[in-house]
Amino acid sequence: MSEKALQRVAEKFPEAVVHGYSQHGDETLVIERGSLMDVLRFCHDDAELDLKMPASLTCVDYIDEKPRFELVYTLYSITHRHRLRLKVRVTEEDPSVPSAIGLYRGLDYWEKYCWDMYGIQFTDRPVPVKRLWMYEEFEGHPLRKDYPLRGRQGLIPERDVQDIYRGPGPGPGSVPSQRAAVARPSQLPVVK
Amino acid sequence: MSSNFGMVTTRREEAHGFLERMVSRGLGWARKYSLFQYPFVTACCGMEYMSFAGSRYDVARFGAEFPRFSPRQADLLMVVGTVNLKQAPILKRVYEQMAEPKWVIAFGVCASSGGFYDNYAVLQGIDRIIPVDVYIPGCPPRPEQVLDGLILLQEKISAQSHKLIDHAPPEIPAAQNLLAGGVK
Repeated sequence: MSEKALQRVAEKFPEAVVHGYSQHGDETLVIERGSLMDVLRFCHDDAELDLKMPASLTCVDYIDEKPRFELVYTLYSITHRHRLRLKVRVTEEDPSVPSAIGLYRGLDYWEKYCWDMYGIQFTDRPVPVKRLWMYEEFEGHPLRKDYPLRGRQGLIPERDVQDIYRGPGPGPGSVPSQRAAVARPSQLPVVK
Repeated sequence: MSSNFGMVTTRREEAHGFLERMVSRGLGWARKYSLFQYPFVTACCGMEYMSFAGSRYDVARFGAEFPRFSPRQADLLMVVGTVNLKQAPILKRVYEQMAEPKWVIAFGVCASSGGFYDNYAVLQGIDRIIPVDVYIPGCPPRPEQVLDGLILLQEKISAQSHKLIDHAPPEIPAAQNLLAGGVK
């Protein structure tokens, strides 16, 4: 079973594969961004692979590396019981990949997740992607490594509480923009 | 009127104070044994809330057995679990919809202080948006702790003083004041 799916994709798209390895039976392919849709379509349609189930799509933020983000598609075959992991690197300047919800409808949730938490843009979606978990007023993408941990953006003014550990609330006398941002200025996200 | 140190009190004031204390005691006694709770359950503390409300620990012994799922029918708001910043406006609105008199219990460490969720998404204690009467620590608290907190709240309710007339008499505008106009 090992490396079978990996070999098949690598033979079909020799120029698209950057790197491929198999560890503990988990096959992983690092591919170019431009050929992502072709590889996904082949994985979905090929009878021998038959990777019909998108188990997950997530993102990794390697903040010190270039390109910065890595998208990880995990595909699973219910008929053949094997899985294949595809990784695509995207840059910080242009964090966008083509949307795959035409092929895998189940990726809709995960693409919303990647936009909400990491700010990855998915092109060619019929409906513009909206936030999944955070609210529409939220600025920034909280799972990026440069987003401050305590970058809280409250929706309603807080009472003036005396908190000896986490500091007082912004208080009733402050202006709305200060009331909304509970974090200290140094912790606020850098708007680019 | 309640404190008359160094003051000469009339018999009328004494009688008024006596009556006010009697009414306060009676109202406190009645209110503390008929708490209607609104459970604002958001997280895993809800499991502990169920055992606290169920037959084994039996909150019915303290007269608070009846959860109402409309804030307008409740007078005790129990905030059970983590409250996100996204949920904070909802919680505030629920609190504002409750009729007076109303009390709030922060159930568990997340509702009390945010707990270990010191991150970008979680409100750091519900006392940052609504006033809280009793904080119950624990992650989650034992049902005995919750019952202890409820008894503390009952003590607080029974010690509250209630005025006989809870509002000032209405001001009559000068134009409508018939007495000032000379009509007797």
